[in-house]
Amino acid sequence: MNQPVLILGATSAIARGTAAAFARRGHDLYLASRDLDELQRSAADLHLRYGVTVRYGLFDAEDTASHPAFLQQVLAEMHGLSGVVLAVGFLGDPLAARDFKVGAKVIAANFTGAVSILSECASYFEPQKRGFIIGITSVAGDRGRQSNYVYGAAKGALSLFLQGLRNRLYASGVRVITVKPGFVDTAMTFGLPGLFLVASPQDIGERIARTLHKSADVVYLPGFWRFIMLIIKHVPEPIFKRMKM
Amino acid sequence: MPTLITSISGWGRYPLQSCELERPERYADLNSDAPSLIVRGQGRSYGDASLNENGRVLLTERVNRMLELDTEQGILRAEAGVTLAEILAVIVLQGWFLPVTPGTKFVSLGGCVAADVHGKNHHHEGSFCDHVLDLAMILADGTRSHCSATENAELFWATVGGMGLTGIIGEVTLKLIPIQTTRMKVRYHAATNLEQMFKLLQDPTLDDRYSVAWIDSLATGKNLGRGVAMFGHHATLAELGNSKPHSRQLKHDQPARKRTLPFDFPAFALNPLSIGAFNAWYYHREGGKQEPFLSGYDAYFYPLDAIGQWNRLYGKRGFVQYQCVIPEQGAYAGMATLLHELSASRRPSFLAVLKRFGAQGRGMLSFPTAGYTLALDLPIRDSGLFALLDRLDSIVLQHGGRVYLAKDARLSAESFRSMYPRYEEWLKIKSIIDPHNRFSSSLSRRLHIGLNSGRAA
Repeated sequence: MNQPVLILGATSAIARGTAAAFARRGHDLYLASRDLDELQRSAADLHLRYGVTVRYGLFDAEDTASHPAFLQQVLAEMHGLSGVVLAVGFLGDPLAARDFKVGAKVIAANFTGAVSILSECASYFEPQKRGFIIGITSVAGDRGRQSNYVYGAAKGALSLFLQGLRNRLYASGVRVITVKPGFVDTAMTFGLPGLFLVASPQDIGERIARTLHKSADVVYLPGFWRFIMLIIKHVPEPIFKRMKM
Repeated sequence: MPTLITSISGWGRYPLQSCELERPERYADLNSDAPSLIVRGQGRSYGDASLNENGRVLLTERVNRMLELDTEQGILRAEAGVTLAEILAVIVLQGWFLPVTPGTKFVSLGGCVAADVHGKNHHHEGSFCDHVLDLAMILADGTRSHCSATENAELFWATVGGMGLTGIIGEVTLKLIPIQTTRMKVRYHAATNLEQMFKLLQDPTLDDRYSVAWIDSLATGKNLGRGVAMFGHHATLAELGNSKPHSRQLKHDQPARKRTLPFDFPAFALNPLSIGAFNAWYYHREGGKQEPFLSGYDAYFYPLDAIGQWNRLYGKRGFVQYQCVIPEQGAYAGMATLLHELSASRRPSFLAVLKRFGAQGRGMLSFPTAGYTLALDLPIRDSGLFALLDRLDSIVLQHGGRVYLAKDARLSAESFRSMYPRYEEWLKIKSIIDPHNRFSSSLSRRLHIGLNSGRAA
């Protein structure tokens, strides 16, 4: 296998763009999500377009008990891994998520499940003393807003987790990259009002693959989102709490 | 699933209509709960075929994966949203090519089926659907089904050329053709008038796998119908005349720097003077090429694809592409009358293309029929254009011809019925598989196609 990469949550548009970008660079891939029919379709397509070996299998972020066996299965099939991209993301209905029964699911998919599988991955990479972990979080995790704060809190917590993981794995030479996309043209955002500077998922995927050749630890995509979020993060709370966002 | 209400148009940028867009990303989601629905791939039909004013438009651009390529037999199975450009990027290097291709590769596979598109080889290889081995469809009641020339054949022949009105095309299985090299062997011949042009296109000693003629739409009098006939075929290894190994002859064209029109041209940019000057220059330049030459496949099949958004050339008000076919026996007289009417109107067509068609296919609403087809790009400057096009319609009708629905934005329902004699047969199948006329478009309502004829859904 050629520098195999595991893509978690592989059916989303950003994940598809990222998988294509790695395949274009000659990486073999393992695609994982809950939708096997979709994975089969994407795997066939990536193999035909880029000639790399693409395997796929069932992965449920919320079923944390299954994660150790899942990773062993992937490692066996791919004869090891050179990196992991976590692209699991579940927005749901942000208003419904104010109800904890729904909100718990958002936290389980975006945070708890991510922590579970990435911890497994970290334990694999650490003794190897090489590898990379790319976690896709969100600009929504930089500051809580009434429109999607449960999702934002889960993504913000994931960013914090990745920060800690990066600190832990630095000594063993394993890279941990936090990716925070702004508005991307995906099923999550299609038809939403008030979007601006929307990026294509292919472009975001390409930029995600490119982060490996750069030194940054936390990457906003596209880059100008760093400045937008810098401003948003620095609005004083007494003002911010009055704003409708 | 979330939707987006916005104004969209076809490639001709006329008409512009408000539609509710829905964009599934998973194959299983390739459906809609909307009572009125039309599928849109790349929006490359020219008029209103992919529009559904105040109704739902289902975009297939994210359901675009290639699923299986049999490199022994040259059989490709892919989701309908994939473009011909994406397919070519994969198959060409393995020694395969599209059996039929329209003049742009930025169309979806599903769109090629729905419009039953043709290429420069129709007189030999028929239309796109003659090479389709199977369609996976999602029908009005949500059932998923397959059809082909041998399985559910009635559904198949109603769907090919059926403008998306029989159901959602989910997957297409296509038979490819083998190529030895990615170069084209091309030969040009100038014709000083229409009579000579017809002779060139009919001459079996000149004929080739691909043939097409560019016509100077402004030439009048004894020059009426002058132009350049262009013949070509996929060059064989022997024709390249060098000894490079086989694999090195399968390569994509050198990617020329892609240019994109950054703004709408003003309406006056294309006028009889500028187009006349261009046509005279082009006629003498291209017509002077006597010797056969080699060309890359991209430059040969898709010259306009090299200019992104070339439709902006025609200004903000857009343009109408008028393409008709006239059966063999009346073809010369019909084309002469059409060209005369056109040049007398002083409404020059920047692009005028004449091509010979082979026998009519089996698609009930398919456009091609044995004879000659003429395609014209006409900028919309005033309503006089539509009066001219109505006159062209009656000339076409007098000669037993028809207009291509994939290009059309303005044909009348009455003319449509005269031009497409198998419509009643098609309607019988439509009323069985889609009894509530769920699949409908702005085009189908304009032409009173379907059941709720004439009324908006």
